[in-house]
Amino acid sequence: MAKLADLVPKIRSKNAGPFWVTVDIFCGDAARFAEISARLTTAHVCARLRADPAMVKRFDIENLAVIKFSFIRPAVQGSRFDRDMHGAQLGVLFAELEI
Amino acid sequence: MPTKILIPAGVLGLGFDQAALARGVAAQPDIICIDGGSTDSGPFYLGTGTSKYARSVCRSEWRALMLARADAGVPLVIGSCGTCGTRETVDWMYEITCEIAAELGQSLTIARLYSDQTAPDIIAAHDAGLLSPLVPAPPLDAEAITACTHIVALAGVEQIQAALQTGADIILAGRTTDTATIAALPLSCNDHAGGAWHGAKIGECGAFCTNNPASGVVMITFDETGFEVEPMAVDAVCTPHSVSAHMLYENSDPFILHEPGGHLDVTEARYTAIDDRRVRVEGSLWVPADAYRVKLEAAHIGGYQTTMMAVIRDAHYVAHADQWLQGLTSFLHRKIATTTSLKRDDFTLEFRLIGQNAALGALEDGIGTPLEVGVLLIITAMDQETATDLSKVINPFLLHHPLTAHEDLPTFAFPYSPAHTDRGALYEFAMNHVLEMSDPMDGFTLAVDEVVDGKAG
Repeated sequence: MAKLADLVPKIRSKNAGPFWVTVDIFCGDAARFAEISARLTTAHVCARLRADPAMVKRFDIENLAVIKFSFIRPAVQGSRFDRDMHGAQLGVLFAELEI
Repeated sequence: MPTKILIPAGVLGLGFDQAALARGVAAQPDIICIDGGSTDSGPFYLGTGTSKYARSVCRSEWRALMLARADAGVPLVIGSCGTCGTRETVDWMYEITCEIAAELGQSLTIARLYSDQTAPDIIAAHDAGLLSPLVPAPPLDAEAITACTHIVALAGVEQIQAALQTGADIILAGRTTDTATIAALPLSCNDHAGGAWHGAKIGECGAFCTNNPASGVVMITFDETGFEVEPMAVDAVCTPHSVSAHMLYENSDPFILHEPGGHLDVTEARYTAIDDRRVRVEGSLWVPADAYRVKLEAAHIGGYQTTMMAVIRDAHYVAHADQWLQGLTSFLHRKIATTTSLKRDDFTLEFRLIGQNAALGALEDGIGTPLEVGVLLIITAMDQETATDLSKVINPFLLHHPLTAHEDLPTFAFPYSPAHTDRGALYEFAMNHVLEMSDPMDGFTLAVDEVVDGKAG
């Protein structure tokens, strides 16, 4: 078991419009991409996000060595229950994932 | 003939490298395009029709761009004026432009493109079945539409092309898609359609597609088979990776980008290095849609807020902050129920324990004892008077609430007096819908003025 952040050079999170957040996991090279792509399951990610798998998009982008997850924000951006206007701290949920 | 578009920065207000801008002007662009807005800073700006960036900063940067435009002798276009792209912020940019024109002695033709939609028009479109929800969409009916303080449609290339056809020197556009101001001219020039949209997406954040995002300025050159990207700062470089990775940024889907009238598909795009700082892209596809649809954005008032802040440093209270907050919250709801006429759903008390879980809330699973805990309380009620009054009901208890009934009353640290801060209206995004239009100019308005010595003639 290792934290995802210890295996990859960069993880970032950002709003994709007011209703979605997108997280990019930059794996650095092809070998690490292949490894993370296999070890990081969508089910694991959805469980951590408490998200409906039908509402989570996953892209494994080999030529960039990036795995991308997009999901509906826990609260609409700027609504009274929103905690993070730019959705940029949600990447921590991925960075600290044990895989 | 290739079409050269100079993009000074990702947004007006964020700054750019002046030397890089000068280099871009010297390279003889056909047009200068910059974005002025985004929803990224939240619903307040659309709700109020105001700019996120300071007038002084926008004015200073816009002055540099107006000088660059005069040097280059080409049109200057800004999309989504003043963050939100409402009529108020388009006119705000117009006022700034006229002031600078007077200072510089520039005589200009200025076109303003308004993207504002009226509630009656949107209700009529809703009733006619022309609105389609995206996922997830807030519920929408006539009452919800009427409650919006602003509704804007995101203009595409058609509206920008109409503005360019007026022969304007400067185009101040209301809400526009990030890409439309850049894609408009190459598409008018019959450059490759997929390349025009793709290059516009790569360039819309300025130098974000380079290794030196803060330098701002890039040139995108469009032609019949694709486009090329070149940073204008001498110390910036583009690589196939830096360019293709920009498709990830703020996009939920890195391959498909929906725009008015169709979508861009970059699945088959090929990124190749021309040299060590320029990249060429081919193979992007534009797929026309069966109907012309524009995205709508709207904001309404979702309540009025007052915030409070207390800081807990006492180690015992820090260690038991969750338990303390549970006790305080229950106590406050009982207190409010017995001393005010408010019902439970007339207000919300959102406590955020800074140091525990303020950013992630229920998703936080980290455990640790911080040195101190910030207690941020966000009170939301139906009017400001109620929110303020609630803060005064709460004040003594946020200051002194004990962990158990059998201990001396603690006193936490209030950082200022008064301990409450009225925030005014809470604006919320109210639509995630697309509107089908029979003509792209439906619902958009163009105003063209000749400005001499800062005054419309």
